[in-house]
Amino acid sequence: MHYSEQKLTEEKVFKDPVHRYVHVRDQVIWDLIGTKEFQRLRRIKQLGTTFLTFHGAEHSRFNHSLGVYEIIRRIVDDVFHDRPKWNKEDRLLSLCAGLLHDLGHGPFSHSFEKVFDLDHEHFTQEIILGNTEVNAVLTKVHPDFPKRVAEVIGKTSANKIVISLISSQIDADRMDYLQRDAYFTGVSYGQFDMERILRVMRPHEDQVMIKQTGMHAVEDYIMSRYQMYWQVYFHPVTRSAEVILTKILHRVKELYQKGYRFKQEPAHFTAFFENTLTLEDYLKLDESILFYYFQVWQDEADEILSDLCLRFVNRNLFKYVEFDPAKEYKKLAELSALFEKAGINPDYYLVVDSSSDLPYDFYRPGEEEERLPIHLLMKSGEIRELSRESEIVDAISGKRRTDHKLYFPEDILKDDKTKKNIKKQIRTLLDMRS
Amino acid sequence: MLKDHAKLMQAIAASGEIIGRKKLQKMIYIAKKVTFPFQERFQFHFYGPYSEELTLRVEELCNMGFLDELKEKKGGYYQYRYTLTESGKEFLSLNEVEMPYLEECLNSMNGQNARFLELVSTVLYFDNLEKDEVIEKVFTLKKKQNYTMDEIIQAYQYIEELQAKIRQN
Repeated sequence: MHYSEQKLTEEKVFKDPVHRYVHVRDQVIWDLIGTKEFQRLRRIKQLGTTFLTFHGAEHSRFNHSLGVYEIIRRIVDDVFHDRPKWNKEDRLLSLCAGLLHDLGHGPFSHSFEKVFDLDHEHFTQEIILGNTEVNAVLTKVHPDFPKRVAEVIGKTSANKIVISLISSQIDADRMDYLQRDAYFTGVSYGQFDMERILRVMRPHEDQVMIKQTGMHAVEDYIMSRYQMYWQVYFHPVTRSAEVILTKILHRVKELYQKGYRFKQEPAHFTAFFENTLTLEDYLKLDESILFYYFQVWQDEADEILSDLCLRFVNRNLFKYVEFDPAKEYKKLAELSALFEKAGINPDYYLVVDSSSDLPYDFYRPGEEEERLPIHLLMKSGEIRELSRESEIVDAISGKRRTDHKLYFPEDILKDDKTKKNIKKQIRTLLDMRS
Repeated sequence: MLKDHAKLMQAIAASGEIIGRKKLQKMIYIAKKVTFPFQERFQFHFYGPYSEELTLRVEELCNMGFLDELKEKKGGYYQYRYTLTESGKEFLSLNEVEMPYLEECLNSMNGQNARFLELVSTVLYFDNLEKDEVIEKVFTLKKKQNYTMDEIIQAYQYIEELQAKIRQN
């Protein structure tokens, strides 16, 4: 029997708090899970700095990737199996792409990518196509198979149905992370009837569509998504931790470029600073390495680096006020000047964070061909965009809600041992109680 | 502070007016690919390179009152026009970002239609591939757009022209 069709002698199951069990029968999937590049995902948290706000949010990209795989397995084995517009030969392609879709994520990837101008999607492609254990497994299926998997994940495959299973506005990725993040953060917002959604999904030409009768289950999913964004993903405390983390990375990069002599040489970062990064360098980095450096940099002579690391490790985060850029940008310039006068570097200690800085999206009805919307398959055979049928979805997808916050170190500003008068002016401008 | 917002405002100011969200997306993508330091991350979507960050940032600029978005009905669909407001101009005068030759490049792109810019951005997205592979990608991924070989050749020429403009300057 060809490798692509080989089954394990006994089904393997992973106990999972969201899907109860993740079932593996295919040898290829079992082998992929065992590769070092996939195991590395155990050492990368799914929600980055969110654990500093919701202490349960310690789950990893490994958990999530298995969850996405399991949802796709259910769709292709239980729902699509005998459907006329489903090509059974796409089964393994869909399962592999679902399992590997986040393979290139690094530690705290949102901040990391911003500072070093990287893209985890690029590394996902490199891991799948490069000299790796994952590539060796996929190549055993067919020499062309790694490329096919990479194209599905990169959304550049001609196979739009498989792409839309993994990456669309109602896909296995979102369905898993909403439920998983809700479970681990402990909030009650991310619940929706996934079983019902799976049962009403239909492969249709270029896209997976939803049977009209399943519209209310999809409404619930869209609402969960909306609530999770504002209650969990955009949480201001998490954003404060993210701001500090980003500033640590900026500081260390700046110091390196200025020739600063570190007590502990940042060996794992050198390739990032010097733009000589290889896949091998990238794969060596995980959260335990980053936390090690955050620990040792607390003893560095550079006060900013040391202070920011102390804050991150000990959760002494920045405070924030709501900020309206349109009305307050002049005040921001004034504050920045006062910070300078007070000897507090505003580049590191006065930070505006906007909702557009965060890597999450809302449902969009796809006006002007921006993104493919969710389509309902009506009884008549007609295809209708979701928000045109659902008043609930229409009510939340058309409204713009944006958010800006201004972050600063309250403890430093309240410490009147130095620059008392200037700090008082700053506190007044920030509307802080002295 | 708000530098990425200022860069987008500068792009819209340089263009005078941009008609269509799709056109705006493609213009910023092409500008980023040829050299300009826009930070928005793009991914390939059903309709070509698209940035959710860019969409969100434009929404923020509209909410701030720095950008004017005019929604107008065109045939069976809506289209959006973007211009800078007076307060946007004032903000930009205080937060100008140095991007030499941006105006020249954006004006040139603004003179093209969204369909052509979609093709140009798709060609640029696959710039790591050989030309014949890129052509195959255009024909398979953009089947519904029915691009011709002539249009693809024009897209390549257009990219060269843009790059030459930047090199000359």
